[in-house]
Amino acid sequence: MSKLLIFLTLIPLLPILTTSFSLENPSSRRVLVLLDDLALKSSHSVFFNSLQSRGFDLDFKLADDPKIGLHRYGQYLYDGLILFCPTTERFGGSIDLAAILEFVDSGHDLIIAADSNASDLIREIATESGVDFDEDPAALVIDHSSYAVSNTEGDHTLIASDEYIKSDVILGSKKIEAPVLFQGIGHSLNPSNSLVLKVLSASPSAYSSNPKSKLSNPPSLTGSAISLVSIVQARNNARILISGSLSMFSNRFFRSEVQKAGSPTKHEKSGNEQFLTELSKWVFHERGHLKAMNVRHHKAGEADEPTIYRVNDDLEYSVEIYEWSGASWEPYVADDVQVQFYMMSPYVLKNLSTDKKGSYFTAFKVPDVYGVFQFKVEYQRLGYTSLSLSKQIPVRPFKHNEYERFIPAAYPYYGAAFSMMTGFFIFTAVHLYSK
Amino acid sequence: MVGAGAKKTTNGSPEVVKSGSGSSTMLKLKLKLKTKQQELLLRVSILCLVYVLAFITRLFSVLRYESMIHEFDPYFNYRTTLYLTEKGFYEFWNWFDSDSWYPLGRIIGGTLYPGLMVTAAIIYWLLRLLSFAVHIREVCVLTAPFFASNTTIVAYFFGKEIWDSGAGLVAAALIAICPGYISRSVAGSYDNEGVAIFALLFTFYLFVKAVNTGSLAWALASAFGYFYMVSAWGGYVFIINLIPLYVLVLLVTGRYSMRLYVAYNSMYVVGMLLAMQIRFVGFQHVQSGEHMAAMGVFFLMQVFYLLDWVKYLLSDTKLFQAFLRITVTTALAVGAIALGLGTASGYISPWTGRFYSLLDPTYAKDHIPIIASVSEHQPTAWSSFMFDFHILLFLFPAGLYFCFKRLSDATIFIVMYGLTSMYFAGVMVRLILVATPAVCLISAIAVSATIKNLTLVARAKNNNKVAHSGSLKGSTSSSKASSKASLDQSQPFQRNGAIALLLGAFYLLSKYATHCTWVTSEAYSSPSIVLAARGAHGNRVIFDDYREAYFWLRQNTPPDAKVMSWWDYGYQITAMGNRTVIVDNNTWNNTHIATVGRAMSSYEDEAYEIMRSLDVDYVLVVFGGVTGYSSDDINKFLWMVRIGGGVFPIIKEPDYLVNGEYRVDKGAAPKMLNCLMYKLSYYRFGELTTEYGKPPGYDRARGVEIGNKDIKLEYLEEAFTTSNWIVRIYKVKPPNNRW
Repeated sequence: MSKLLIFLTLIPLLPILTTSFSLENPSSRRVLVLLDDLALKSSHSVFFNSLQSRGFDLDFKLADDPKIGLHRYGQYLYDGLILFCPTTERFGGSIDLAAILEFVDSGHDLIIAADSNASDLIREIATESGVDFDEDPAALVIDHSSYAVSNTEGDHTLIASDEYIKSDVILGSKKIEAPVLFQGIGHSLNPSNSLVLKVLSASPSAYSSNPKSKLSNPPSLTGSAISLVSIVQARNNARILISGSLSMFSNRFFRSEVQKAGSPTKHEKSGNEQFLTELSKWVFHERGHLKAMNVRHHKAGEADEPTIYRVNDDLEYSVEIYEWSGASWEPYVADDVQVQFYMMSPYVLKNLSTDKKGSYFTAFKVPDVYGVFQFKVEYQRLGYTSLSLSKQIPVRPFKHNEYERFIPAAYPYYGAAFSMMTGFFIFTAVHLYSK
Repeated sequence: MVGAGAKKTTNGSPEVVKSGSGSSTMLKLKLKLKTKQQELLLRVSILCLVYVLAFITRLFSVLRYESMIHEFDPYFNYRTTLYLTEKGFYEFWNWFDSDSWYPLGRIIGGTLYPGLMVTAAIIYWLLRLLSFAVHIREVCVLTAPFFASNTTIVAYFFGKEIWDSGAGLVAAALIAICPGYISRSVAGSYDNEGVAIFALLFTFYLFVKAVNTGSLAWALASAFGYFYMVSAWGGYVFIINLIPLYVLVLLVTGRYSMRLYVAYNSMYVVGMLLAMQIRFVGFQHVQSGEHMAAMGVFFLMQVFYLLDWVKYLLSDTKLFQAFLRITVTTALAVGAIALGLGTASGYISPWTGRFYSLLDPTYAKDHIPIIASVSEHQPTAWSSFMFDFHILLFLFPAGLYFCFKRLSDATIFIVMYGLTSMYFAGVMVRLILVATPAVCLISAIAVSATIKNLTLVARAKNNNKVAHSGSLKGSTSSSKASSKASLDQSQPFQRNGAIALLLGAFYLLSKYATHCTWVTSEAYSSPSIVLAARGAHGNRVIFDDYREAYFWLRQNTPPDAKVMSWWDYGYQITAMGNRTVIVDNNTWNNTHIATVGRAMSSYEDEAYEIMRSLDVDYVLVVFGGVTGYSSDDINKFLWMVRIGGGVFPIIKEPDYLVNGEYRVDKGAAPKMLNCLMYKLSYYRFGELTTEYGKPPGYDRARGVEIGNKDIKLEYLEEAFTTSNWIVRIYKVKPPNNRW
């Protein structure tokens, strides 16, 4: 009986439960983690725990587990994928390169951590995402001037970098004080890809080479062209994080103290934890995710959306933009959202004003040009998902009865016409009957 | 006419009642009507038969295929008519069509000649009123044949006006089946020309009637005829230039009369005012260079009238001569200055390209590829004259001879109409249509006059008197002919010769009838949207690929999808596929068409940029390589290159040619083998064996093996290909997700 009571009380709560897992929630929830070795689960536990504590449901699998699969019955089983398996040559189950790209192209997030000796498969995934790892499999990023000072004088492959991307959206508003430790392979961005961004780059003195062999040729990757960690936000707003180092996610790096060579300050704790936690928040859409809804336009003074406008109509346009805070949709406040009234080129370009409650609005006059126009909002800001709204609306010229019926300038002509008519009539009458 | 005839025949019955008593004798006597009534009965029945004949001979297309709209432009006309009947006249008048010329749109009401649609809609509403539940499509399909039938009646009256009723009857019969006219007026050919030829001939008839009678009523009637013509077809420019030319010729030849003055002035003024009511024409009558001749002649008439009046007032010839000189010089000077000022200030627009290309046939070829590319704007080949006119081509000069023999205001008109329209028919193949009524009328004069003379001779027997009176009566026969006739009396074979000649004439005319029927059934009844071919066993094979593709578009694409194709198919896509097109057959914006031409002739990646900027979702190409259908996009491709290159010089025609030769096989130019049009046409074609004993990828339309069999598409994907590969539709992919 009591069970039934509980059940009945839960029924009204059901909608709330379902909405919390609906598409309205952009954050990834179920994440598949593919590992080379299950030992990584404990050696990188801090990173995983931070994800789990934020509500992510991590599913750890060996990369060559024959039972893994990304989707079943046409539904994706996961919202995100973490590839901590740099040496895997081929995945088990139904996962392959195409499946992973398909996973991203259908709007899901991906974290790739490579390492030296990264397999061709991982490299190909990275290449498809717009970054190219150093072709030499044994190469590591070496920096003789900004390496991390350690007890043993090593080969300077453990480097400390603090050259972050300047974006609060991606890295959080709190400044990362300590440099980030990195040990691994460097990569470069494909210049033809306009979506990939360097989040953490190497210092100008870094280069990528095999530390064990003598440097005979000039290294192919040098200086700040080397990216250590990169991100991609695809056109469908799927996010990808690519890192050249798996160990930077490890507990050891998270906890180790760090001192950059040449710098007197010694930090108790490396910046890795903050850096990667914030970055993972971004990748899994806990931050920087915008949505636009309720695009409305209507003639000034009316409420209904017309199917067609007339030239020189006054119209009002409004759109609501919200940002996902990780838990709920908050109004997005900015002063740089613009709307275009567009037909092959923008005829009207206006800044939208906001009421700080998510609603953006403006009013303008339809240009004196007819054609098929579009209301376009193209809002692309660093770190935020891109908003690309377009709504088509034809604009027609005046109808025949929308012109002024009598215009003052034409009164002489009216007069002329009518006086001519009367004159002709009188003349005819006189001519016919005067005899 | 029919009613009048019936009245006349019943009028004969009182005589019958008077003379006969039994019903059998009544019937017998009823047939023995007076010659005049007999003739009338004959005339009416012939006209009725011709009327019916003109209609049914145009139904071949319905019998061979189905009751459908043909070709390209008729689809637009059909779509607008549908809109007119559904939404009413004002909506139609103010219609802004956002489905064509994306993203520019088109003001339909202001850029079409509404006569055809309004006519069809009125017929439709009338039939509905009479409770005939017809579909608007049936009305549209049968509008052209109906008006062709009406044209025969007009031709009869016109022939009667310029010659005699015999010539009228022959003219009606000739025009009823003349292929030159049938080509544009078969059932389903729902185009402006269908009603415009009727309007043209009707206007001319009314004007000639007005000139002959000097009646204000006829002149006003011709003004209204002109108004109908203006509302129906852009060819009205021919009327507004031919009539002033005719008036000018009459003035020069000293045939000026009060009749002419009344006819021309009232027709011009009222006609012009009425024509201004058509939005598409607007103020052109006072502002465009093409209409200035009419206005000049109008003022000239006034000067002429003034001179006449002054001459009447002044008895002194010397004084009049001086006055004449001063007036003429002043008038010419004022006219020239006005024209010069108007042109210089831009008030009077210069002649359009189409007008220029009529006067100078090479003009369009050199300057306006978009006009030169249209197949119906090509110069006419001799064979098509023969095809469309058959024996009329030989009868035409004979008819001219007869006209010159009996010059009158009316014959001068028909001679001028014939000569000018023949010239235009030689310049542009579609203008054969305009020449057809003139050719039929003039030929009818030749046929009628010849046969009349011959029958007179043949029936003369030995009766001197009849032969003589015949030659007198037939005023056509000159003094020479009559003297010949009298001379011929002595010749023993005169009668036999005449009979032989008559038989020859009938043989020729029957040949004409067979030819016309054959041409109609074989050549001019094809709707061109459904293609027919003969199969290997002589059976008919129907290719219905166009409609298959358009219905696919209609069913499988989002309602606001934009389809890019060459402009030829624009009207059909909007009418049948109900999707937005970038360009269509109303070639009003050359730049827009050139942009599409440029996209088609660029490499795929460049074309992709253009297509993205135009929001193109689908690309449609027509390909005949599998079926051997030769009027496909590959064969039209050079025009796309030329038109595209005319606006965007980055496209160069020589890049697509090898030694000035256009080819698609291995020896083709590299740019040709990789341009978008080639790729879309031949995508996956290399895998296909089209003909037994030929390598795969054998193009049957051009008879070569294609040069690029391994075509990869990067930015587009095949969406649909019809069963015979005639229409291929590709989807434009969205931009790469991760790049």
